[in-house]
Amino acid sequence: MLTKRIIPCLDIKDGRTVKGINFVNIRDAGDPVELGATYAQQGADELVFLDISATNEQRKTFASLVKDIARHINIPFTVGGGISSVADVAPLLEAGADKVSINSAAVRNPNLIDELSKAFGAQCIVLAIDARKIDNTWTVHTHGGKNATDKKLFTWAKEGQERGAGEILFTSMDHDGTKAGFANDPLSKLHDLLQIPVIASGGAGTKEHFIDAFILGKADAALAASIFHFGEIKIPELKAFLNTKNITMRMN
Amino acid sequence: MKLAIIKYNAGNIQSVSFALERLGVDFTITDNAEEIMKADKVLFPGVGEASTTMRYLRDKKLDQLVPALKQPVLGICLGMQLMCRHSEENDTTCMGIFDEEVKLFVPKDDLKVPHMGWNNVVKANGWLDPAIENQYAYFVHSYYVPVNSYTSAVTEYITPFSSAMHRDNFYAAQFHPEKSAKAGELVLKSFLKV
Repeated sequence: MLTKRIIPCLDIKDGRTVKGINFVNIRDAGDPVELGATYAQQGADELVFLDISATNEQRKTFASLVKDIARHINIPFTVGGGISSVADVAPLLEAGADKVSINSAAVRNPNLIDELSKAFGAQCIVLAIDARKIDNTWTVHTHGGKNATDKKLFTWAKEGQERGAGEILFTSMDHDGTKAGFANDPLSKLHDLLQIPVIASGGAGTKEHFIDAFILGKADAALAASIFHFGEIKIPELKAFLNTKNITMRMN
Repeated sequence: MKLAIIKYNAGNIQSVSFALERLGVDFTITDNAEEIMKADKVLFPGVGEASTTMRYLRDKKLDQLVPALKQPVLGICLGMQLMCRHSEENDTTCMGIFDEEVKLFVPKDDLKVPHMGWNNVVKANGWLDPAIENQYAYFVHSYYVPVNSYTSAVTEYITPFSSAMHRDNFYAAQFHPEKSAKAGELVLKSFLKV
């Protein structure tokens, strides 16, 4: 039986792991290759590495980092951050990344999803969507949550699927950093609306929150950062706990 | 022992080579017929679309070379599918090492296509280390090979399908051993031992 997936997310700036709390404050949580390998060994099912570098100079560090990550970890991983063309993606996949995630550039130029999907296959294109509820409407934001757009979460996710995205990574900005649980209502709606897998992101604080994301939110995978980085929840314990709650986990 | 990874437009060559590097295997990545033929073992990776990939292999005459190889050959993912007779993916004639048809998954209930993620592998027989039994491996595919007389492991998704196969000196895995953590290493080690 296909398992649900637990995905630690590592934000990278200039080759180092960082995590933005509510997209503003940043704390250092170590070396990305070592942290990634540790998570893989602990039973993480996938990893996401997000480059939040501001300058092109820092971005160059990221490309060589991807190869170093691929050399040392034996589970699939997604890379993202600043991807805006087919030319950006090819070297990342060639370096050993399994998937790429796109966000702001796809909002600006939705055709990018079609182009990437055609060039590399839907299975390696993750459409990341950051959204927050404004006047009762889930509104898509770009640039790490700074800019509100006129796109709505559900229509944008559906359009993304139709254009060839292979997965949706939905981050609720209202939940991110709160540790009060995932956005289960919109997650469940996304599940019912889409045929592609949905990754829940934003709000993980306890092991029970993961049960809710999988059962109430019907998510295919759940992503978290700081609770893993600072050891508040340990992946082997989380997976063992979910397994006892009849959520299928890889327990190799 | 010297292993050759067949170089073609497959997406996972880098990952496969890193996995071999982690196991300490001496390998070369090549599309040179002579070099491939003289290797002790051959690895045929694969991520991509069937018809484009077969066209590329035909242009390089690799479609004739691979079925004629005498040493152990391991096909991975699309590599395994191209070793079959025909694929429903853009109606593609493949290499015919396994006389089987590659079919498209039809989504059922909540089961989405592609089949993507970790699923358990049930060993049927043959070359795989018994320790693989019921371990989880990483899959990404929309097409599958039904269970057949060459099947050496079965996985269930929408329908039971071949997650590994074997015929004579040809071995194959539908999942990605290079991305399947310890279970994947077991499979690569099984192949290195045959």
